Amino acid sequence: MELNENIAGNPPFPGIIHETPGGGIVVSTFDNVINWARSNSLWPLSFATSCCGIEMMSTASAKYDFSRFGFEVARASPRQADVIIIAGTIVNKMAPVLKRLYDQMADPKYVIAMGACAISGGPFFYNTYSVVKGADHIIPVDVYIPGCPPRPEALLHSLISLQEKIKMGMTRDQIRTEFKQ
Amino acid sequence: MYNETEIIKDTTELGPDGELVINMGPQHPATHGVLHLVVTLNGETIKKIEPHLGYIHRSIEKMCESLTYRQFIYVTSRMDYLSSHINNTACALLVEKGMQIEVPERAKVVRTILNELTRIASHELWIGAMAMDLGAFTPFFYAFREREMITDIMEDTCGARLTMNYIVPGGLMYDIHPEFQTKVKAFVKQFKEKVTEYEDLVTGNVIFQSRTKGIGVLTAEDAISYGCTGPVARASGVKCDMRKIAPYDAYDRVEFDEIIETDGDSFTRYLVRVKEMNQSIRIIEQLIDNIPEGEFVGKTKNVLKLAKGEFYQRVETARGELGVYIVSEGGTTPHRIKFRSPGFSNLSVLDHISKGSKIGDLMATMGTLDLVIPDIDR
Amino acid sequence: MTNEDIKTYITTHTPEATFDETGEWLNIIVYPNQLKTLATILNGQPMQLDFLFCLTCVDYKTHLTMVYHLTSSKDRTINIVLKANLDRTQPLIETVCDIWRTAEFHEREVFEMFGVQFINHPDLRKLILEDGFKGYPLRKDFEDPINMIKL
Repeated sequence: MELNENIAGNPPFPGIIHETPGGGIVVSTFDNVINWARSNSLWPLSFATSCCGIEMMSTASAKYDFSRFGFEVARASPRQADVIIIAGTIVNKMAPVLKRLYDQMADPKYVIAMGACAISGGPFFYNTYSVVKGADHIIPVDVYIPGCPPRPEALLHSLISLQEKIKMGMTRDQIRTEFKQ
Repeated sequence: MYNETEIIKDTTELGPDGELVINMGPQHPATHGVLHLVVTLNGETIKKIEPHLGYIHRSIEKMCESLTYRQFIYVTSRMDYLSSHINNTACALLVEKGMQIEVPERAKVVRTILNELTRIASHELWIGAMAMDLGAFTPFFYAFREREMITDIMEDTCGARLTMNYIVPGGLMYDIHPEFQTKVKAFVKQFKEKVTEYEDLVTGNVIFQSRTKGIGVLTAEDAISYGCTGPVARASGVKCDMRKIAPYDAYDRVEFDEIIETDGDSFTRYLVRVKEMNQSIRIIEQLIDNIPEGEFVGKTKNVLKLAKGEFYQRVETARGELGVYIVSEGGTTPHRIKFRSPGFSNLSVLDHISKGSKIGDLMATMGTLDLVIPDIDR
Repeated sequence: MTNEDIKTYITTHTPEATFDETGEWLNIIVYPNQLKTLATILNGQPMQLDFLFCLTCVDYKTHLTMVYHLTSSKDRTINIVLKANLDRTQPLIETVCDIWRTAEFHEREVFEMFGVQFINHPDLRKLILEDGFKGYPLRKDFEDPINMIKL
């Protein structure tokens, strides 16, 4: 995948260190440092509609801890959150609520669609009159995690992919034009 | 008679006595899912609660009318996802009753052990979540430690952690893992050592007791009239355990107590669930050493067709009595299927028992009713 | 009480009731206007069927049928199914909320899914579907060309 190849050469801390007697000087660009800080401290919004919410709670607990990656505080209010993890099915009655939550979040904000129901309607695709067939009909999604429900390790992999995407520093439109060639 | 919903358009208007109407909205950290409560308050005292449901209504009953009798079982795992094995057992028992399929003894015993493990896992998560609602963050991590041991056992045997489609009409889908018995015994040993931690942390805690004693009292007549089942009704003195009334699988050959208390407040509902976990361990201990050898699935036809008629099956999930009602016209798909979910009736009692209490008590009451909203909305 | 005792008790009070014992439990089929009186009698002495554990509706293509599953909390071995056939074009029946409080939510759900009007219900509105939903989804003639696939 081109995204991972671009990242593989990146240093863990953005910047070049010049050794001087008595310490060192770090030279970097503002954008790189801000992206690094932003990606390592994303606060998720606690939004779980159905079964995938339980796997998200398992990822938050001690065995597959996601606070090692900076997702320590799960805020209850969208005004204080950076990333919304849509864990569960979205139905027609819940869609305006999701849109309103997304609008209340402050920029820059990211969206992770967890589970088959949030990607495309999942097991409830055929013959249901009330399920939205995929959360990306309502809000733009950054990372998709397949599974029903996905394992906690899959959720951790997606959180790391989101961090790498932020470190790359490109906005959504730039990524689209970059990978179109 | 109305045809449209009366929506409360302006939620900041005051009622006739200076009351405030607020939304405990669909996205809330303490409602355990998407439940919308419209609460009418006078200061901090609750006058009326009105639940608005439907934010996770996935039209399961309509969808199952186009799925065959082998296919609709996977959908029921996702209805009350914390007792997914028990839901699957209800549907499998119904199809076996309708088609007179013989289930071998090995399958019955393994099904019972898996049901009880699921019940313990559900109560563990409930303790963690309820303590977190009242402000105690530590029991959450201790509860998940035991729950992770159970999901490891499920993953080895059934292949998945949360929504396992392992129980099929006729028995089990494939045989159990060779290490099933050793792992379950190790879990039972650890659980018995660690269950005293919950007693020390939560049950004996002065703040927890004063927040839950005397709150949300439900009398026995109200419990029967509102149709409550499960630990909610057993804490008010109603005998309603389906495993004793109409035993299925291997429940008729194990000994366990039905926990009945009479006080009916939130603390009693908490105690009933903790004691039920101990009874589940007792059932597992009686069965784990004597799993009979033999087949793990009975003989069934390839295409299942239920005879024309109606069938009803009741089981005891972690939340109460689940009923599955199928009306069949003789084809390969059901004509009408209805799931009588325990949460639907347990939720209707919330308004009755919260009148006059404070909004902080509402969290304790809702926590002890143990609602899982996809089970209510189906 | 055996099924025979129950049948004789009910025919003394409601002579037009018919019985069907092909299923697991005793089914009693009455006219819609007699349902409320029979339910009140069954709730009182001596049967004391005070636990209504399932209230639903089934759509046979020619008519709708309301189904009530009753049992007694003192003696859980007695299980009775009460049925009433309703006219499809104008389904009207009296509510049983004042006898069993659990019927409030169940009847609201049947109202929005099948369109059955319950007389004297305290609060008959939509419960689960969204506000502007047109049609009654669980009826067999529910048309939704976008979502429903006819097999």
